[in-house]
Amino acid sequence: MNLTLRVWRQTGPDAPGRFETYEATDVSEDASFLEMLDQVNEQLTNAGEEPIEFAHDCREGICGTCGLMINGQAHGPERATATCQLHMRKFADGDEIVIEPWRAAGFPVVKDLVVDRSAFDHIVEAGGYISVDTGSAPDGNLIPVPKETADLAMDAAACIACGACVAACPNGAAQLFTAAKVAHLNALPQGQPERYERAVGMVDTMEQYFGSCTNMGECEAACPKGISIDFIAWMNKDYRKGKMRTRRSA
Amino acid sequence: MTLDSKIPDAPLETMWRDHKFSMKLVNPNNKRKFEVIVVGTGLAGASAAATMGELGYRVKVFTFHDSPRRAHSIAAQGGINAAKDYHGEGDSVYRLFYDTVKGGDYRSREANVYRLAEVSNNIIDQCVAQGVPFAREYGGFLDNRSFGGAQVRRTFYARGQTGQQLLLGAYQALARQVAAGTVELVTKSEMLDLVVVDGKAAGVVVRDLVTGEISSHSAHAVVLATGGYANAFFLSTNAMASNVTAAWRAHRKGAMFANPCFTQIHPTAIPSSDEFQSKLTLMSESLRNDGRIWVPKDPDETRTAADVPEEDRDYFLERKYPAFGNLVPRDVASRNAKEQVDAGKGVGPLKNGVYLDFAAAIQRLGRDAVDDKYGNLFEMYERITGEDPFVTPMRIYPAPHYTMGGLWVDYHLQTTIPGLFAIGEANFSDHGANRLGASALMQGLADGYFILPYTIGDYLAPMLGQPKVDTSASEFVQAEATVRDQTEQFLKTGGTRSVDWYHRELGKIMWDYCGMARNRAGLEKALSEIPTLREEFWKNVRVPGSGNTLNSSLEKAGRVADFFELSELMCRDALMREESCGGHFREESQTDEGEAKRDDENFSFVAAWEWQGLDKEPTLHKEALEFKNVALTQRSYK
Repeated sequence: MNLTLRVWRQTGPDAPGRFETYEATDVSEDASFLEMLDQVNEQLTNAGEEPIEFAHDCREGICGTCGLMINGQAHGPERATATCQLHMRKFADGDEIVIEPWRAAGFPVVKDLVVDRSAFDHIVEAGGYISVDTGSAPDGNLIPVPKETADLAMDAAACIACGACVAACPNGAAQLFTAAKVAHLNALPQGQPERYERAVGMVDTMEQYFGSCTNMGECEAACPKGISIDFIAWMNKDYRKGKMRTRRSA
Repeated sequence: MTLDSKIPDAPLETMWRDHKFSMKLVNPNNKRKFEVIVVGTGLAGASAAATMGELGYRVKVFTFHDSPRRAHSIAAQGGINAAKDYHGEGDSVYRLFYDTVKGGDYRSREANVYRLAEVSNNIIDQCVAQGVPFAREYGGFLDNRSFGGAQVRRTFYARGQTGQQLLLGAYQALARQVAAGTVELVTKSEMLDLVVVDGKAAGVVVRDLVTGEISSHSAHAVVLATGGYANAFFLSTNAMASNVTAAWRAHRKGAMFANPCFTQIHPTAIPSSDEFQSKLTLMSESLRNDGRIWVPKDPDETRTAADVPEEDRDYFLERKYPAFGNLVPRDVASRNAKEQVDAGKGVGPLKNGVYLDFAAAIQRLGRDAVDDKYGNLFEMYERITGEDPFVTPMRIYPAPHYTMGGLWVDYHLQTTIPGLFAIGEANFSDHGANRLGASALMQGLADGYFILPYTIGDYLAPMLGQPKVDTSASEFVQAEATVRDQTEQFLKTGGTRSVDWYHRELGKIMWDYCGMARNRAGLEKALSEIPTLREEFWKNVRVPGSGNTLNSSLEKAGRVADFFELSELMCRDALMREESCGGHFREESQTDEGEAKRDDENFSFVAAWEWQGLDKEPTLHKEALEFKNVALTQRSYK
């Protein structure tokens, strides 16, 4: 198939960006979206031009590195699918495809389609862990976890931190990512001792980098792992309780 | 140079415990006086860095990813083994040890494997405490499944995302130390050289992948946790950026490289659909529990799978290995699939796969039960191929997956360069010639959480009071210059072919001659073709763009340069090893029935290669393997 691509090119964080048009020719419908870009990059390289930089790695939908706005949608048209798992058979011969990087104030552009998502790591550093030193853990079965709880924690923990939730949000908010991280640990018995400090620390850090949540729900629709916005309600509840506690002890 | 494996002279059962007592300690208050560099943030690197941070060392950890959580450990699907015997099936540390040595085809070290089995239980405890959401039974206790032909249920799992959850656990432990200030995390930075001063590892040279800045970092010790090198084949199940550069450059600085030819070819990947395919996707091996593998008997078969009647199908694994059938070990399953495809009986548009058919399971268990068990995998398959495995059988074909070879390390996980340690897939020590299912995650975390943090203290303790080498030392200056020269060389070559083109060509040579089956003629051919292609690469590669911004072509060029040199060594190692074992099948060494034939008399050793310079033959050193506890037997799956 043959496609026309309108691709965002930006040489660096402070450089102005622009759309460039490229023809992608003889693309196999079995190719993944990123393989299609590989092919375009090979053509660009052979023509002496700089290839398009885009973030990617495992190409199995799990590392969370990839992520593009494809025709205005985070990760493209297919539900619950990371960009690397999107295949060209979902497009038609002759289509024009607009490709942009994640657009959010919390994710500055590094180059072309690559953005800086290190704010996510800072949110995790603010309490997204259980404080247990290596070697001091009791036997695994001494901490029984109801199956429903383990399953719920796993539903939240499936987040791949790709950033699609932020990119899809009209406010550029990071509630879904943060909530998934909070809920994973706060659901489990192991997470209880630090439950409220965790929620407060992570939410406050999130607020430094990202916008406000106005319950649009675009994040859930864009999430390649189908993370539920119910977790946001959960996070808000723990955050409120946590704030009350800090006020009491202050 | 002599190889001292430092295996303590003690019975296996008490060896590690006694050895821990005999190692020198660093007083808790003195640990902060030592700086350690960790390269790589997968299971091994993240767990090691976090644990050393907890202990009080000052740790600097580098990753070329934008976040430690992207490391390829995250893609592991199946599970992690431990000898918990929670189900009363008779599992034990000794049995896990025994299975692992046997499964590795007797080419791993007994002492290391025993220790691995011993600490496996601590890993589960640690991960549970961290909040890894392992699967649970209704009573709230940990669930297990059996995996990779084991006779007991010892595999702990978190849906099909075990690697992801274990890595997130280690990443979160790391994040805690970053917040505590014991660990400095440096992302988007690639190690491009090891600096050795007075024969000891003194630091690394890294390139900032965003700004292109080249900088030196010194420490009292350096730990490489940089994963495996299966991307030498171009197409593999590894993530696109997985590479050998850090380990290879350490090899060029004197660290020996062991058993490079031991590559695991995983039997259940999706076959490639065209020449431009960038990588291969693995389908979980658990599918072999219910899928039946077959090809049409007639190479010219044109009917669709469903229309081929039973009598015209060859269920070749069930026919040849009635006892194990479709569950034969990975190397056997892979080789047999290749035989069928080579005989022209492959299926699919390119005739490059074999069927993995669930029709019988669907009939026996019902569609819903199959959907429950494998639904997510079926969906993944459909997404990639556009075919519904409920209707047409899956097509699978082997793909390079995990590399058992790596930097040679002693019992302390130290390489032949003092102060340079290698952990996880980057070292060679625990898997032998074949890695069993659910044992890679175990090794990464064992090394990182429970072994290296002890052994590194023994190295550091006598250095108390010694400052680290200053980065103005001539060795650092020279290493930086080398890195800068290479970068400039790539940018100014201005040839006619892309880095990927060379990588693909190299991959074809490796797959054809050093892949699932190897023979003398093929390996010699590869050894003549690779240097020619390598020379052309250096003269004719085209790397667009500049060196002071994000430039993935430039990153890849350096990695492919190293793959060229490593590939030669892989072929050389395969040529030297005139026996078949595990992932290494020399066609000259097979039984009358076509099975792999080991030669314990002559090849019961670790092959450790010493770099002598480009275009010079490396020197082979042998570490004899002793099997005092497990009797060597021929593996048979008939």
